Amino acid sequence: MKGGWWKIGTVLLLLYVVIVGLRTPLAPALVHASVDRIAPGPVSFDIKGYNTHFTEGSVTAWLENDGQQVCSAPVEVLADDRARVTVTVPQGFRKPLTSVWVFTAKDGPIALHDAFFTEGLGDGITGTPCRPGGKYLRSGLAFPDRAILNETIRNLFFHVPMWFAMMALMTIAVWQSVRVLRSGSLEADRSALSAVHTSLLFAALGLTTGSLWARVTWGGWWTSDPKLNGSAVTVLIYAAYLVLRGSIPDAHKRARLAAVYNVFAYALMLVFLMVLPRLTDSLHPGNGGNPAFSTYDLDSSLRAVFYPAVLGWIGLACWAYTLTDRTERLNALAHEAHDR
Amino acid sequence: MRTAEIGHLLRLEWQLDRRQKHAWGSMALYVVSTVYVCYQGVRHLSDVPVWNALFWIVVLFAAFNALARSFQREDAGRQLYLHTLASPRSVILARTLYNALTMVALSLLSLGAYALFIGDRPLEQAQLGTFVATVLLGGIGFAMVLTLIAALAARAGNGIGLMAILGLPIVLPMLLSVMKASKLALDGLPLSVTGQYLGWLVAIDAIAVALAWLLFPYLWRD
Repeated sequence: MKGGWWKIGTVLLLLYVVIVGLRTPLAPALVHASVDRIAPGPVSFDIKGYNTHFTEGSVTAWLENDGQQVCSAPVEVLADDRARVTVTVPQGFRKPLTSVWVFTAKDGPIALHDAFFTEGLGDGITGTPCRPGGKYLRSGLAFPDRAILNETIRNLFFHVPMWFAMMALMTIAVWQSVRVLRSGSLEADRSALSAVHTSLLFAALGLTTGSLWARVTWGGWWTSDPKLNGSAVTVLIYAAYLVLRGSIPDAHKRARLAAVYNVFAYALMLVFLMVLPRLTDSLHPGNGGNPAFSTYDLDSSLRAVFYPAVLGWIGLACWAYTLTDRTERLNALAHEAHDR
Repeated sequence: MRTAEIGHLLRLEWQLDRRQKHAWGSMALYVVSTVYVCYQGVRHLSDVPVWNALFWIVVLFAAFNALARSFQREDAGRQLYLHTLASPRSVILARTLYNALTMVALSLLSLGAYALFIGDRPLEQAQLGTFVATVLLGGIGFAMVLTLIAALAARAGNGIGLMAILGLPIVLPMLLSVMKASKLALDGLPLSVTGQYLGWLVAIDAIAVALAWLLFPYLWRD
């Protein structure tokens, strides 16, 4: 097992990613209120929670508008994830959108932001703080529960690192192509080809996970988005690389021409991936004014899985590449033996 | 870098082209017929985004058609002869420069034919100077990126088909920035807005030429 430590590390990292990434619950959150519009006067509505613990300990609820709070009457708990809130809405909230907050002994403060369209606006109310003091026991690791994303947030540990792995393999391919240009080595050419083949596999994985994710969150299998265009161009470039190789019978010439194309295309592709996001808006987090995942990963629970996932997937990609390369080498040797 | 050598090579290209006047004719005819086919399809266009997109598609394919020629016209013998006379880096720089000049002429011709047949309504409220500059920079940019690809396709012994496969994904970033810049110019936005995209265009050109300069010697030797 000489030199195999990194493979063991890869397996352990990916095991960790799969187990922790899929088993960690989402943080408790409010997902729905039965009313979407409030007016001054008494109002009663049901709130729906996700992974909440309304039945354990006392539950407090309040409305919040522009930092001013209105406390509710005692909350009627219906189930762990359902409760009925009754509150008297005052006249004179400042902002048109009002949030609802719930505090439970186990989950702490959780909010449904901008839950209600608000009528009867004015210059503000005389609010009182409603949040109870004292500690709450939220235990263990939990991922942020975001609207729309919800449980699919776990795909972050698969979809994104797969692209990183693809880029890592393409970088290896370019490095091997540079070796071809310097030495004319056919072995380096074979390695470049193996890296490209493996990177296309990871591109396919990245596209599949991304397409499924887009269907669930954005509502379409494919959207017009700079990142998607970038990945499409990348796949086209490497498909063209394979076509170019296929059209040249002579091995040495094929190695050289393919290496030239690989270096040229890779460099321009990097420029493309840098320029493109500035040309058009993107639905991707961290682009086009969307917040990146890091902005709501307040307790770094996502990072704790994401960074190992990046290392693990890149490790797996390198492993797949070395296996492909060795298989190709054996095939070449078998071919030679057969010819002799 | 040998300026004199590049000058000689440029003159050689010019003389070769003068001797084969049909080459120029065929390029011009290609553009005009493409525009005419578009005209049969759409008649007059006044919708700016569509006008813009169709124009750049015409220029792009004219570029592919014109630039594919630049390495295909020589047979093995003449190539060997050139090889003994000039350094490969001078050859690629001269070809790129010559192709850039060709594209300047060709994109202006495309613009003229396109405005004549498809209509010049979108040009009325445009920043005309910026738009023409974008057209010229776009044409030059295609030449800068596609010259090395033309050399590759010719070396692979395959024609314009392989060139399109190899070149389209690579030229796409440039096409997107140039379409964006020309759309902004057509909408009448000032140079301060369009300039950013033109800056990227020049940057991509510079990178492409530097890469071609680095890589071409490996293509040249056999």
